[in-house]
Order: sequence, then structure tokens, then C-alpha cells
Amino acid sequence: MSIDKEKMIQMFATMTRIRQFETKLQEFFAAGKIPGFVHLYIGEEAVATGACATLRDQDYITSTHRGHGHLIAKGGDLKRMMAEIFGKRTGYCKGKGGSMHIADVELGILGANGIVGGGGPIANGAALASKYRGNDRVVVCFFGDGASNQGTTQEALNLASAWRLPVVFVNENNGYGISCPTCKSMAVADIADRAAAYDIPGVVVDGNDVTAVYEAVGEAVKRARTGDGPSLIECKTYRWRGHFEGDACVYRDDCELEDWVKKDPIPRFEKKLQAEGILSVEKAEAIRKAIAAELDAAIAFAEQSPLPEASEILEDVYA
Amino acid sequence: MAMKTYLQALNDALRQEMERDPDVFILGEDVGQFGGCFGVTQGLFKQFGEARVKDTPITESAIIGAATGAAATGLRPVCEIMFVDFIGVCMDQLFNQAAKMRYMFGGKAKIPMVLRAPQGAGIGAAAQHSQSLEAWFLHMPGVKVAMPSTPEDAKGLLITAIRDDNPVIFLEHKMLYGIEGEVPDEAIAMPFGQAAIRREGRDVTIVATSKMAHTALEAAETLAADGISAEVIDPRTISPLDTQAIVDSVKKTHSLIVAHEAVKTGGVGAEIAAQVAEAAFDYLDAPIIRIGAPFTPVPFSVPLEQAFIPSAADIVKAARRLRG
Repeated sequence: MSIDKEKMIQMFATMTRIRQFETKLQEFFAAGKIPGFVHLYIGEEAVATGACATLRDQDYITSTHRGHGHLIAKGGDLKRMMAEIFGKRTGYCKGKGGSMHIADVELGILGANGIVGGGGPIANGAALASKYRGNDRVVVCFFGDGASNQGTTQEALNLASAWRLPVVFVNENNGYGISCPTCKSMAVADIADRAAAYDIPGVVVDGNDVTAVYEAVGEAVKRARTGDGPSLIECKTYRWRGHFEGDACVYRDDCELEDWVKKDPIPRFEKKLQAEGILSVEKAEAIRKAIAAELDAAIAFAEQSPLPEASEILEDVYA
Repeated sequence: MAMKTYLQALNDALRQEMERDPDVFILGEDVGQFGGCFGVTQGLFKQFGEARVKDTPITESAIIGAATGAAATGLRPVCEIMFVDFIGVCMDQLFNQAAKMRYMFGGKAKIPMVLRAPQGAGIGAAAQHSQSLEAWFLHMPGVKVAMPSTPEDAKGLLITAIRDDNPVIFLEHKMLYGIEGEVPDEAIAMPFGQAAIRREGRDVTIVATSKMAHTALEAAETLAADGISAEVIDPRTISPLDTQAIVDSVKKTHSLIVAHEAVKTGGVGAEIAAQVAEAAFDYLDAPIIRIGAPFTPVPFSVPLEQAFIPSAADIVKAARRLRG
């Protein structure tokens, strides 16, 4: 699959946007500026970016507790995201959801999810609606290696395959379910092998190679859109940070992280784009600067926004 | 109006709403050609076809999740959980996903779905197919809970449930499927949160849900012979709950019995008793009496199962204690 240059540059910018956003959150959390839990996506940017770059605006995604990258890649507004994470009234959820529950139904983002494995069955529902209405909207369901062991995920894969629903199950295998390495939580080496149980394509890709993700997910999206049903794409990647900010990561060696930092998906893609003459050093720098400015504006917006009033607590329980 | 069974009334509501709104569809285990475990969806597969009456695998989380996702993206699914007892295998999709999506997303989603489920004891189905679990759902912000006791209510409340923009848990009592009553031919939505006064009385208020409303009427008849005039109130929906109707009645009768088939401990009766105590304590002449099942799983053998289900005699005894 050939990827046009504009798309390549866009993907570089998206990965950079996610990295900068998450790095800022890391600082803010350390400084005590953010309440609650924060699960950072640093190191995994190529997965959300490559996958969402294959989608149209009206397509859907379901996300996870580690969802900021997915939301940004699907077009989420940094201002409203940052405001939500700060617990502000101007945030995506008016301060009622926080990091783990950001959603923008109009952008097709059916929500991050605090429950591991919670998104699969819901992704099917959106795909069912697409099929029911006879439009060709596709759903990408992001889920982790931990979620791949949940019954809900297996139920969702089964139903999607039985009903040939237009869902692409994008597994982000970052090696750990909280502290537990995948070698202790499953006997299979590749989660994609489980696709065989549902008679759907199962593909393993290098999750730190954004073009590989784009190509594999793109192929699956095409299948889904033309009525050929779901696929399972396993993206092998790594989370640089702990499960949550504050996690001391006693369960893994520093050298393991160092090895993965060498495989950082962003400089790797940038070098490739430079070598192919698609992105100059100056252009890359200009993109980084523009995103930094965009992020500064989002932070200022979040900081200056009002907190919700206690009286708003009863709003939005019912439609 | 025509005489119909509770089951036919439910079937009518589904059919008429599906005829009215192409976004309404049904999914669940054996709801298609088979017509549903108890027959509620009979004939709908034939009329509307496979795309709108969907048989699912026996995977309840996948059912509720599919309904939730379809509702979030604009459809109006009515899903059937074959026995309410199976809710345990899919509770997360209901209470952490469907019920909370709107709130968590700051009001930017709506989840117009109905979850129908039969509940209740009386057919010897034992501990995993006979429970009344409405208290679990009452404790769940974001969902509404309907418990129809008559054919007319079954139809009217189901129509409202389908048209509501929130997840509605619709609890049918399996022992009521065969009862008959007058049911309007047209699709008339019956408002939620409006209790029905099934019998007017002066001396004691009996609030009774679902099948227990019938038991309470039977008790009221016996009490009338004793010269005790009982008022029977059927809340019809427990979330929202028509507290006002109950309080108004208590202000008149000065005594309250709350009866349900669910286990008494932590039941809906406890909530109603507490609300009345908060709102009308000074009007009460005697302590509130709760009637519910004993704190056991539902037993199998007939004498045990009958001992589990609260009876009219239990209500009569309680009323005599209050007014004796």
C-alpha cells in the first residue's frame, strides 16, 4: 500500500503531538497538578497513529484506559482533552470523566474506558449500527494484551466474526498487563494467533513502525468496509512509563526499557521520511514547534478554565 | 381495548414500536424463529426479518455491549436477557458502560436501550433462574427500572421504555405472562414514575411490586372481611419511584407495609421504608413492616419454593398486627 507524502507528514505530526502531550502530562502529574490516575502512551504512538490514519472522520473507535494517543490520533481537541484531565468544566466531559473516560461521539470516539476489555462489545454495537443502516462506517477497537485475555474480548471477537461486523480489533501488545508480563498471563506467543479461533485474519506487526501499522490496519479496514468482516491486528510495542504514573516498575529491568527506547517509533519514522526526501530537518523542527505552541495554548486554556461547580454533580445522569 | 395476556401485551408493544420506528430492533438469545424462551418475541422474526430480530450467541456481555454501542450510535435496541439471573455474567457492560456513559462523557452521549428480563420464582426453576434482582438496578444511577404487574402496564411501560433516551431495565415476572387483562389496541405510552393505586383504602397502605401487587390485592380482600380497609399501591417503576403517591397514602392511612418477592434484606422495600420514614415519620402510627423473601437462594422443591415466595397470608398477618 503506498502512502501519500501528505499522509506521512501528518502521521509524523500526530505521533509528535501525542508524545509532547504525554510528556507534559508526565511533568504535570509529578508536580501534583493532575488528580487521579494517568496512564501514558509514550512509546506506543505509532499504533494509534497508524491505525487512525486509515480511518475516515465518520468511522468510530473505542479506546482504553491508556487512551490519550487514540483520541489525539482520531482528531481529539487538545484543549478540551487537557481541560478534562485537569478536571475543568470546559473539558470534554465537563470534568465528570477525567483521563480514563474522554469521549467525543461526534468525532466517532466512543470513549476511553476504565475497564480492561470493556470496549470490545461496544465496538461491535457501533459496527452493528453501521451494518444495520447500510452505511460503510468501520470501527477500530483498541485493546491491550491484558484485555485480550478478558472474556468480553473473546465474546466480542466471536460475535463480530459470526455477524461479519465491520470491526478491526487493534491489539496493542506492550508486554505487560499492569505488572504481569505476557509470558505469565498467556501461553501463546502471538495474540494474533487467537484470530484462528474465529476464522478471521490475524496479523502481527511491528507496533513501533507506523507505516507497518498503517498498512496492516488499512488492509483490515478495507475488508471491513467492503463487508468482509473483522480482523485482528496485533501491534508489538512497549510502554516506556509504568502502568500508571507513580508506578516504580519494580517488575522490569532498565535494560529492557533502554532496548525499546532505541526503537523509538518517532525518530525512526523521521529518519525514514528524511531519507526519502519527504520531510526536511527544518520542516520537522517547524512541526515540533507548531505542536509545542498548540500544546501551550491547550495548557493555558486548561489552567484558565473554571472548575465545575458542586451543583453540577446531578446533571447528565439521565438524558 | 381487548382482553390480552401480559405476554401478548409485551409482544404488541414490540411489534407496534418496530412498525413505528425502523431504528428499533431486538437482539438476544433465541429471540428469532424460536420466539424467545417464554415466547415474548413470537412472530416478530417472521414479520421483521433477521436484521431486526437478531439471535445472539449465549454471550450476555456481547449482547449488552452490542446494544450499548448501537444505542450510542443512534439505534434503539431492545435486548433480552433470558433470565435476569444471567445479569451476573454481563454486569460490567450494564453498570459500568451503558449506565454511566452519558455521565462520564459529560452528557454528550445518549443510550436509548431497553434490557428486558424475566424474573421471579414459581416454576421450580431453582436458584439461578428464579431471582428477583430489582434492588441491584435500583442502586444504579443512570438506568431506569420498570416492573409491570398487569397486561396494560406491560404494554404501556414497554412503549415508554423503548422511546426513552436512557437505558431501561424492564423486569417481567414470569408468573404473570399468562394473566389476562384489558389492553389498549393503540400504542399508548405509560409515563414512568407514576404509581397506580390498585385499590383505595383508609386503614393501611400496602406498597407492592410486580406479581406481589396481585398478592396484596388478594390480602386486601381478606382484610376487608375483617373490617380493615387496605390501600394497595403498585409503583410500576421503581426508578424513578413515585414517592409522593406513597407518602400521600401514608398520610391518610398512617401505616405502611411494603411487599416484594425479592429477598427482604437490602431490598427495594428497605428503600421505600426509609424514604417514607424521612418524609412522613410523624404520620406513622406504627413501625413500617417489610415483607420479602427469606435470606436464602431460591430453593427448588415445591414446598420450599412456596415457603420462599411471600404470601397473601403474610400480608394479612402484618396488616392485622398494624391495625389489630
